[in-house]
Parts: sequence; structure tokens; C-alpha cells
Amino acid sequence: MTDLTLTKAAEPPAGRPGTAFLDVRDLKVHFPTDDGLVKSVDGLTFSLEKGKTLGIVGESGSGKSVTSLAVMGLHRVGQYNKRNKVRISGEIWLDGKELVSAPQEDVRRLRGREMSMIFQDPLSALHPYFTVGAQIVEAYRVHHDVTKKVARKRAVEMLDRVGIPQPDKRVDDYPHQFSGGMRQRVMIAMSLVNNPELLIADEPTTALDVTVQAQILDLIRDLQKEFGSAVVVITHDLGVVAELADDILVMYGGRCVERGPAEEVFTRPQHPYTWGLLGSMPRLDRERTDRLMPVKGSPPSLINVPSGCAFHPRCPYADVPKGNVTRTERPELRETGSGGHFSACHMDRAERTRIWSEEIAPKL
Amino acid sequence: MLAYLIRRLTAVIVMLLVVTLVTFGIFFVFPKMTGADPALYFVGKQSDPAAIEGIRQKMGLDDPVLVQFGKFVVGLVAGREYVNGSDITSCAAPCFGYSFKTEQAVWPVLLDRMPVTFALAAGACLLWLLIGLSTGVVSALKRGTVIDRIAMSTALAGVSLPIYFTGLISLAVFVYALDWINGEYVPFAENPAEWFGGLLLPWITLAFLYAAMYARLTRATMLEVLGEDYIRTARAKGLGERTVIGKHAMRSTMTPILTVLGLDLGALVGGAVLTETTFNLPGMGTAAIKAIGDRDLPIIIGVTLVAALAIVVANLVVDMLYAVIDPRVRLS
Repeated sequence: MTDLTLTKAAEPPAGRPGTAFLDVRDLKVHFPTDDGLVKSVDGLTFSLEKGKTLGIVGESGSGKSVTSLAVMGLHRVGQYNKRNKVRISGEIWLDGKELVSAPQEDVRRLRGREMSMIFQDPLSALHPYFTVGAQIVEAYRVHHDVTKKVARKRAVEMLDRVGIPQPDKRVDDYPHQFSGGMRQRVMIAMSLVNNPELLIADEPTTALDVTVQAQILDLIRDLQKEFGSAVVVITHDLGVVAELADDILVMYGGRCVERGPAEEVFTRPQHPYTWGLLGSMPRLDRERTDRLMPVKGSPPSLINVPSGCAFHPRCPYADVPKGNVTRTERPELRETGSGGHFSACHMDRAERTRIWSEEIAPKL
Repeated sequence: MLAYLIRRLTAVIVMLLVVTLVTFGIFFVFPKMTGADPALYFVGKQSDPAAIEGIRQKMGLDDPVLVQFGKFVVGLVAGREYVNGSDITSCAAPCFGYSFKTEQAVWPVLLDRMPVTFALAAGACLLWLLIGLSTGVVSALKRGTVIDRIAMSTALAGVSLPIYFTGLISLAVFVYALDWINGEYVPFAENPAEWFGGLLLPWITLAFLYAAMYARLTRATMLEVLGEDYIRTARAKGLGERTVIGKHAMRSTMTPILTVLGLDLGALVGGAVLTETTFNLPGMGTAAIKAIGDRDLPIIIGVTLVAALAIVVANLVVDMLYAVIDPRVRLS
């Protein structure tokens, strides 16, 4: 399978100097609806280098998936109705090319070739009426001018690479003839068939059996090492990012509330919401009498995002900072001191460190 | 697969037998219970008792009902002979009997009328698929726009307006007022151009009704399909919208449409009664209407059985096709 790794030559990164491979700046994705403007993503900035993995974490409706679809340019296609058109602003730089302002056709050519995506539920994400081979062949031939025969050979290779037994036979099977884990392998094979430099995995293991989840995560990690691509893993499961991610970005209400190297975020989390996420993680090594510490309340409305810090209605420490600042002023992302670790919280650093080490960490 | 086919075919035969039994019962047994005598219908008004008795003998009307039914079924399959002493009439299979009114054998009458009904159904079907599917797809893609609203209001009118209304309006306009086409039916063999002209309005009228139904169905199905994850996957692969819609979305949209199409065609082959009557086409539907007016029981039975056969066969064909178009369906 060596030819898979060699087909893409290492090109020097074009584009603006000093920028990362994937550079998202002040991304906003707003959906006009009858009830008002849904601000699914409201000013998100992050960057990612090749060979690195970024984990985007947050609960449902925090804007994780919307972000990934925005990077892929998928919000803009299929909008045949001019009304209620999604509004996207900000910048998405991929390998020196800006995607938000780029013509749709240019972004389409990048889709599947330079950036590709793995979806949550492989059963619904694969077309039920076409064989997996046909679907992979199609994905390859959109971007490569090759015969069906060549593409089919490539499809079999890919199926083999992702660990599907008897790939030359299974290539003619339909998605429903595969088990959940095998189906996700097919999905991964399809998304990697063009050696993309950016792979976005949107909840890649959520729909899978627990026993299979680890295998799929291992596979993604191995393939990343082999292909050297940049990977964005979107999940609500901190366990998944702990396995894979180099960096972590925690989203809440369409914004980033904490960002930093995975090690940092796990050992010294700085935002009460991250504490909540960590507290909601079941752990086998914990005493049974210790209850999980869920984040109370429900995710914020994205039409009427709470004033000030969007998390304040659910934050147990909302009254710690003096005055009414948590309700009136939106906290900016600020570096916490340790390298590359940012957090958006009004509490001062000493206070947060104290609460974390004295009140939260011992209970985890 | 073969076992499935055999089982389904057996079911078809049983179904047809039941339909035959019920139809036979309705038309030959019940009238008798109310005092009506099929023999009287056959002989006509100037009936002397000897003639009536002769017919009764010849048709076996005095036999027990089950024997009569048995003979009828055998006649359908193998043909039969009506015997009254030296008076023998042999009726080739499939023998539906003889028209009370014209004393013609029923089957040739039906054979004569089938091409008209087939031509009507086939032409209209082609039209409504073309119009209905394209309108439905465009409407789905342009959901909520003016185009969608116009298309869907027209479709609503299409499904609401009865054939005898749209048909008569089109006749009044295109045949009588504008005199663009001749409204008469002419057999294809006589003059293909006039045949086409005569069927044009019936085709359009019938297609308008069905195109409206298919446009609504296509739009609803397409909208559902467009929301599917695999459509997003297709776009994520970098496919152009033409492929996404034309290949991936259409493939799934066609499945329910094919089901409905099979059943609709089956029903139409049994006679598009309203269309044929409105345009005075000599098809199965008009034959049935006329036979009902004339109390011409053998013709009614004939049309009913042919219609039942068409629907049952259409159902079978749809089920078989389903296994072809949907790989998740296995026939067993």
C-alpha cells in the first residue's frame, strides 16, 4: 500500500506567509429563520497544521457540525431558494486559499480532494441504492480523469487499507450488507480515496458500537500518521478527543470558550463549562457513590443568546466576578499563561486555578 | 427467486379465481335470487317460452350455481361448447360467453377495444411522467418560490378538477371553438395522423390529472430525499449539483413513484372510464359503461376480469421491479 502514501507530493505551502494550513478567522454562520436569526457559529477562530489533530468539543447545538460544514462549503450548495439563505462571514484559509469568498465551483473542486469528511452515521451517509464500490469509484473519478477500471482498483485498495476483509468481493456489496463498524471503514476509505490534506470527522464513532469505536479511532490515527493530513475531530465525547487530539477547542453557544493543547486542557481546564464536560464523563475508576456532575440546564437558544457570558445562566460561578460583569460583558478569549492555552471567562486566573484544583479536580 | 415467483403466480391465480367467483356471483346468482332471469335478457323482448327454455338449456342456467361457475372457469381457460340438442355453439378460450345484446362473443369485443385503452394509457403515461416528474423536481428545488407556488397551485387544480370538466373544456376550446383538431377517434391502421389527433386531447386531459398527482408526489419525495445524509455525502465528495440531483436524489425519488405508476397503469388498462366516455373513445371503459346500461352481463364480467388481471399483474411487476431498484429488498 505504499503507493497510497506517495501519490501526493509534498508541496511547499502556498498562500500567505506565516499562516497555518487551515486557518479559520472570525467565522460566523447565521441562519435566518421565521423566528429570528440563528447564530449557530458566531465568531470562531482557530488554526490547524498538517499532521495535527484538532478536537472540537461541545454539546448538541454548540455549532461544531455547522463549523465543519462551513469549512467544507456545504452550507452554500443546495440553496436553490434565495430566501432564508445562510449567511457566512469571516475567513477560512485552506492551504493559502480563502474559501468563504471563493466561487462555489472552486470550493467544489477542493471538496473530496483536498478536504473531505466522515459523517456520524455511515448507514444514512452512504447511498443505499449504490454499491460501496460505485460510491468510492465516483468519489475518485470526480477528481481524477481515470477509467472505471483504474478507479475500481483504487477502491479495492482503499477498502483493503481500512481493514475490510476480502475487499475485492465486498466492493460490490451494498452499504446495508456491512456491519456498523465496517460501514464506517467504507466511509473512511471513501473520504481518503483522494488523499485529502484535511479530514473532518464529524462524530465518527457516535453511531457505532462501543467495542468498535476504539478500532475506528485507531484507524483514523494510523491513517493520519500515514497520510500526514490535518484532522478535525468533532465530538461531544471527551474520551474521543483524549484519544486523538493534539489540540482541543471547546465550543459553547457558537463560540469558543476554551482552546489549547489537549494535555493542558485536560490537566488544567480553565473554563467552568469545560469543568462541567469533564464532570459529566463517566469513569470506571471512580467510586460509585460519587455522582456524575452534569452541566445543569440546557443549551442556550442561538436566537437569543444570553447576554454577557453565554454560559452565565448555567454557570455555578457566575457570581464570583465582582459586579454584574458576567451578565453584561462578553468575556474575550485570553491566554491563560501557559503556552497557547486560551479561555473566555471573567474570573481571574488565580480564582479559576483555585476552584479547579480545590473544588473540581478532587471530585473527578 | 424462482420459488418466490411461483408462489406469487399461484397467488395471482387464486386472486383471479376469487374475483371471477365474486363477479360471477354478483351478475348471475344475485339477479336470479331477485327474480331476474339471465335467459330473458338473452332472448330479448319477443320471448316465447320454448325459446327461453332452449336458451336455458344451452347456457346451462338450470345447473347448480357451482356447476355453472365451474363451466365458466373451464370456458375461460379451455373454451367451451354451448349445447342444446343439435344446436351447438363452440366458444374458443378465453370464453367469457356471448353478449346478451349483440350475441357477439365477448372476447373479440374486448380484443377490439383493448388497443384504444392501451394507447390512451400509454400515451398519457408518457406525458404525465415527463411533466409530472420535471415539475415536481423543479418545485422541490425551488421550494417556497413563486415557481413552486404556481406549479403546486396548478397541480392542486389538476387533482381537483374532474376529467369530465377539463375534458369538456378542452373539447369545447380546441375542437369546437378553434377547430384545431378533429375530436373523433380513428383507428391507427386507418390513418395514423388522425389517430394521433383524436387521442391528443384525451392524452392531455388524462395526463393533466396524473401529472398533477405525480408532481406533488415527486416534490414531496424529492424534498425528503434532499434532506438525507447521503445527499450531503454526495456533495461532500465534490460532485456537481447535476449529479447530486440527477443521479443520487433521483434514484431514491424514483422508488415510490414506480410503485404508484405500476398500480395506476394497471388500473387504467382496465379502462379509463371517464376519459373514454368524455371523448367517446371506443375503449374498455366505454364498453363497460354501455354494457352496464344494457344489462349486458357477459361484457361486464369480461371487462371486470380483464381489469382485475391488469391490476394483479401490475402489482406483481411492481414487486419484482422493487427488488431490482432497491438492493435492500430481497424476494423471498
